[in-house]
Amino acid sequence: MCRVTDLQQAVMARNDDRAEHLRAELAAGGTATVNLLSSPGSGKTALLEAELALARERGVAVAALTADLATENDARRLARSGVPCKQVLTDGLCHLEADMLAGHLAGWLPGDTRLLFVENVGNLVCPASYDLGESLRVVLASVTEGEDKPLKYPTAFGTAQLVLVTKEDIAEAVGFDRDAFLTHVRQVNPGVEVAFTSARAQLGVGVLLERALAVADGAAAHRPVMDRRTAAHGHAHDDGHRHEHAHGHEHGHRDGPEHEHSHGHAHEHGPDQGLSHPHAPAHVRG
Amino acid sequence: MHEMSIAMAVVCQVEEAARAHGAEGVETVTLSVGELAGVVPDALRFSFSLACEGTVLAGAELVTEHVAGRARCESCGGEWATGVPPRLCCTRCGDSRTRLLSGRELGIATVRWAEGPQRARALEEL
Repeated sequence: MCRVTDLQQAVMARNDDRAEHLRAELAAGGTATVNLLSSPGSGKTALLEAELALARERGVAVAALTADLATENDARRLARSGVPCKQVLTDGLCHLEADMLAGHLAGWLPGDTRLLFVENVGNLVCPASYDLGESLRVVLASVTEGEDKPLKYPTAFGTAQLVLVTKEDIAEAVGFDRDAFLTHVRQVNPGVEVAFTSARAQLGVGVLLERALAVADGAAAHRPVMDRRTAAHGHAHDDGHRHEHAHGHEHGHRDGPEHEHSHGHAHEHGPDQGLSHPHAPAHVRG
Repeated sequence: MHEMSIAMAVVCQVEEAARAHGAEGVETVTLSVGELAGVVPDALRFSFSLACEGTVLAGAELVTEHVAGRARCESCGGEWATGVPPRLCCTRCGDSRTRLLSGRELGIATVRWAEGPQRARALEEL
């Protein structure tokens, strides 16, 4: 005789809870997180380099964490901007999870950080399913990737709170159909803002920083139709939920015994560690 | 391929439930998978069989229940099947104030417990 239990548990519940706690912890410390998603080679790092440099110029305390399967190249590039940067190597895992991010931030994230930029693993599939405790989810697509990218990766584009088109300076040369792209974005994510940028031509640089600062200052970010929380609650009754849950937690390492994944390993790149630095950066286990 | 991470989360949650229910084995785990959940059921089944090894779920079968994506327009009240890729602007009046009624589900619906360890039973039957 068999017994059946009606469990009715969301599979992502643990990550979602962890993300919600992390968002609240970071907000209590005055930090808003930006989660950047895109395909490999779309220009995340180049745009982020420009945005970090601009933030430093304007005296905004920012930090960046970049996740890759391998190499520290991205953190080296980002560190040139002079802001605190950390490389996370996922050892083959295709995405970051909230728990992993929390582990990597513990003991590293400077206390006065206003904006933390997380450059997720270059992949438009897996990272889209994981809330990292961000206050702003940004999806990037370069003009070379094709106008139908939003339809091919609806989870990523459908959950974006800001869409950035990159490499706009070569849009004409590659025959990028801007209207078709906008139509496709609207199909999966009505109402989301789309901005056109080129790090090389310094076009649209600053949009990301401004939108992130607005959200950090309490502005309600766009609520995508596909956002699981919107869908689950049926209506957008909790705008601002993402950054107004402040409670007394410190930025702490909350690693519990429930870890299922290897954290991979991480490397810190301080502001003084540019490309020319002859030594390997400090090796820190996450 | 984040299906392995998802399979491991499922196994972890069912293990907890098994402890709570004093179950020694699992026959089937039924998952609700929305068509907009961003999960491939076949990849999930493959990962699930691997993730079950060495746990109380060893030998358990994964059953996935497909949940269609449906949306409703806040403006005109129209309802439609979103399809994949989803059409999330109103298909009747074109309004963008819409909401998703279903399709993003990814949940454990039910677990059917076995009398004893499922793997041992399977071997006995051979």
